[in-house]
Amino acid sequence: MAHQSDLIASDILAYLKSHEEKSLLRFITCGSVDDGKSTLIGRMLYESKMIFEDQLSALETDSKKSGTQGQNIDFALLVDGLASEREQGITIDVAYRFFSTDKRKFIVADTPGHEQYTRNMATGASTADLAIILVDARKGVITQTRRHSLIVSLLGIRNVVLAINKMDLVRYSQKKFNTIEADYREFAEGLGEGHGVKFDITAIPVSALKGDNIVTSSQNMTWFEGPSLLEFLEEAPAGENLEKAAFRMPVQWVNRPNADFRGFSGQVASGRIKEGDSIRVQPSGSKTKVNRVVTLDGELKKAVAGQSVTLVLDDEIDISRGDVISEAKRPAEVADQFETTLIWMAESPMLPGRPYLLKTGPKTVRATITAPKYQINVNSFEHVAATKLELNEIGVCNIATDQQIAFDPYTDNRETGAFILIDRLTNATVGAGTIHFALRRSANIHWQALDVNRNLRANLKLQKPAVLWFTGLSGSGKSTIANILEKKLAAMGRHTYLLDGDNVRHGLNKDLGFTDADRVENIRRVAEVAKLMSDAGLITLVSFISPFRSERRMARSMMEEGEFVEIHVDTPLEVAESRDVKGLYAKARAGDIKNFTGIDSPYEPPNNPEFAINTVELTAEQAADNLFNYLLERGIIDT
Amino acid sequence: MLTHLQKLEAESIHIMREVAAEAENPVMLYSIGKDSAVMLHIAMKAFFPATPPFPLLHVDTTWKFREMIEFRDATVSTLGLELIVHINQEGVEQGIGPFSHGSAVHTDVMKTTALKQALEKHGFDVAFGGARRDEEKSRAKERIFSFRSEDHRWDPKNQRPELWKIYNTRMSHGESIRVFPLSNWTELDIWQYIWLEKIPIVPLYFADERPVVERDGTLIMVDDDRMPIRPEEKVEYRKVRFRTLGCYPLTGAVESSADTLTAIIQEMLLTKTSERQGRVIDHDQAASMEKKKQEGYF
Ligand SMILES: Nc1nc2c(ncn2[C@@H]2O[C@H](COP(=O)(O)OP(=O)(O)O)[C@@H](O)[C@H]2O)c(=O)[nH]1
Repeated sequence: MAHQSDLIASDILAYLKSHEEKSLLRFITCGSVDDGKSTLIGRMLYESKMIFEDQLSALETDSKKSGTQGQNIDFALLVDGLASEREQGITIDVAYRFFSTDKRKFIVADTPGHEQYTRNMATGASTADLAIILVDARKGVITQTRRHSLIVSLLGIRNVVLAINKMDLVRYSQKKFNTIEADYREFAEGLGEGHGVKFDITAIPVSALKGDNIVTSSQNMTWFEGPSLLEFLEEAPAGENLEKAAFRMPVQWVNRPNADFRGFSGQVASGRIKEGDSIRVQPSGSKTKVNRVVTLDGELKKAVAGQSVTLVLDDEIDISRGDVISEAKRPAEVADQFETTLIWMAESPMLPGRPYLLKTGPKTVRATITAPKYQINVNSFEHVAATKLELNEIGVCNIATDQQIAFDPYTDNRETGAFILIDRLTNATVGAGTIHFALRRSANIHWQALDVNRNLRANLKLQKPAVLWFTGLSGSGKSTIANILEKKLAAMGRHTYLLDGDNVRHGLNKDLGFTDADRVENIRRVAEVAKLMSDAGLITLVSFISPFRSERRMARSMMEEGEFVEIHVDTPLEVAESRDVKGLYAKARAGDIKNFTGIDSPYEPPNNPEFAINTVELTAEQAADNLFNYLLERGIIDT
Repeated sequence: MLTHLQKLEAESIHIMREVAAEAENPVMLYSIGKDSAVMLHIAMKAFFPATPPFPLLHVDTTWKFREMIEFRDATVSTLGLELIVHINQEGVEQGIGPFSHGSAVHTDVMKTTALKQALEKHGFDVAFGGARRDEEKSRAKERIFSFRSEDHRWDPKNQRPELWKIYNTRMSHGESIRVFPLSNWTELDIWQYIWLEKIPIVPLYFADERPVVERDGTLIMVDDDRMPIRPEEKVEYRKVRFRTLGCYPLTGAVESSADTLTAIIQEMLLTKTSERQGRVIDHDQAASMEKKKQEGYF
């Protein structure tokens, strides 16, 4: 690895000393196919002498074999990645590259440019301090340039280099350069008005292939007075502002090796902290002072943004993983409802109302996305009405969490204003978002702690509330069995209510159809009603097809522990269809009813229902009896 | 402003703490080499004054250099850590070794399979590894939290998006995660950090007179009498060192006079072959590592 620094040979100690002082800059490169992104990165690696001799000879051989440059070196080959991608000749996933100059170490997030890889670009941008937006001098600002810029702006990168490439192909024309730069600046003005940040733009004319303005100023473009690309990257700011921002440290780990030590470990997200500083723990709001800043290398006088430390506080206050330690005078906000920008990253679409897990820093909470206000067309920036988001789509949505979290608007703090969404069933990361602001109602609407509460109501009825949730195919026998059971309960003097799918769809849910999104909303409403009823002390029987596991899981999560009983009326499709009491299967088969569960809409059977009923072997009476006995045995209903 | 090494260290600490907080049964794979030395050093920092809340796991192929094993045991006892050593006993019973079965079979049985066995035996759900993205092309795209299916395979086409420093550690039944806290370090960063932090490393990295034979253009150290010496071969003492450490029959030595850390770094910076060339295992084909990983080699 020939760092040509003569110091290596002459004075290795001095070299190491100088290398030790280097700072770190992370940047992302964005460009569409063939703009020269790989060539540019390969060129930077090559010029910074980060290529080993054996790699170089491999590169020379490869260039002749499969390169696009005849006998010359094809720098793009240096950065190709996975075998399958190599075969297809495109970059699919984010790749991270490393090089350093005498002043700085660089980490490059090399990201694909196609629209179908928006999520990969967002991934690369999330950790970058700076973005290089590459345009082909012959083409100028194109749709892809706009899309890349939008994502960069939404992910909060302010520092942007507009690298106008292939200047050799436009005879190093100053006029061409000026026109493209002006075009770009004009369009970028509009970006700051959305939910992203305003850019600080530096335009540089380059030829990645020939090396113009990459390391040193090009002799072919003496008209250009700005820095070369590497000169600029060496000096560009790398997150210095973070140190001046308000102090934040999300707690990752409570360090308690013995009874005498209790520290809170985390990485300082922003600001600085020292012994004696007043802090506030959020969301709880408790206040205290910092006693010591502990590391293995001794106590620190102060810690700044980026450092991983352990804080010991003055008072024994209750703090756990996920809490945020903030500067007392400039605390974070605390809320449970937010407006956000959301980038959808999963094959299955985002459905409003469906519960997801939201992770921000080390904190994981349950969240529902209430409604997309609009989707942002990534190419035209237009706001489009939307009811859901598909893979790679970006929208503005409100999100409600099941508990309060501490946060800052993303444009103020990229660490405490960012979150990911996780699907609770597949565990996949399905979305990434940035918080704009808290919705005011979350500060104003508090639950009224009422004097007459659920216990009192239930006690008056001499019973325990429960939600008996019957799920199964249409015609499986849910309503019949629920009916018989309700009669038995009533005979015992129990106060019950039966919520039946068909009936509720005539009233409360009259406005809903049978699309996936409507089915989710259907269940959400019914679950809310069931919750109110159990609050009122009733035993509620819910008889709904409720085909999706995640909605049933949501319903379960809304009820008090132990109150939710999932009953799977497990009738095979053939049997239900042959019964066809309401003639619906026949219509569905004939195509007269769309989205019919079991026919052209899926039914996801419960994995672990509390009770399963086999209606093939049992009559409805027998099934209801068995269920009744089960409820008594388990103490869900007391005698 | 933090320096690049301070930033890298802080990032690695952050990653380790996330694992400690979220994994049910984490383990640190300790391979005794310089990257493991750095990883372990950072783990000591991450949890101070507590000790790391996970054991170390060494998959012993029974063909490691003797000095590695001595160093391993000394390190663990000085730091007061728990070490699990796993050997594939079936492999031992079948007499698998690099001389008798060749490097591919030996590595597959005594390393790849052994690792799977160890992870399954102890039910580890998350394992730290010291791999870096600059080591090899396919690594450049690997996530810091890298998922493995039930049969320990890596699916490069189906990686979770990894944004900011928010790691999704949720797993489905049977899945496990490899976590690479040194992902963003380069070889030079590792050496620089070892020098700066005075981290002890196995003496084999330093040049010394050692018994070697030259075989197929590679210098192999005669570390014990299991090594068959061919009639045309001669064991000679030469001043050599190792740029990477593994099984002694599979690890080429380089002639060198670098016997101090700064001399090693100087040599590393001035020589012109990349690190993995010393590993016999990588010589096959360009995409070899990617393939191995899909099959479950770390
Ligand atoms: N003339 C000229 N060609 C270039 C330049 N940069 C890249 N190219 C060529 O443009 C083509 C696409 O480049 P590549 O780096 O693979 O583009 P990517 O798809 O953005 O990674 C290749 O044939 C390059 O050699 C440049 O500055 N000048």
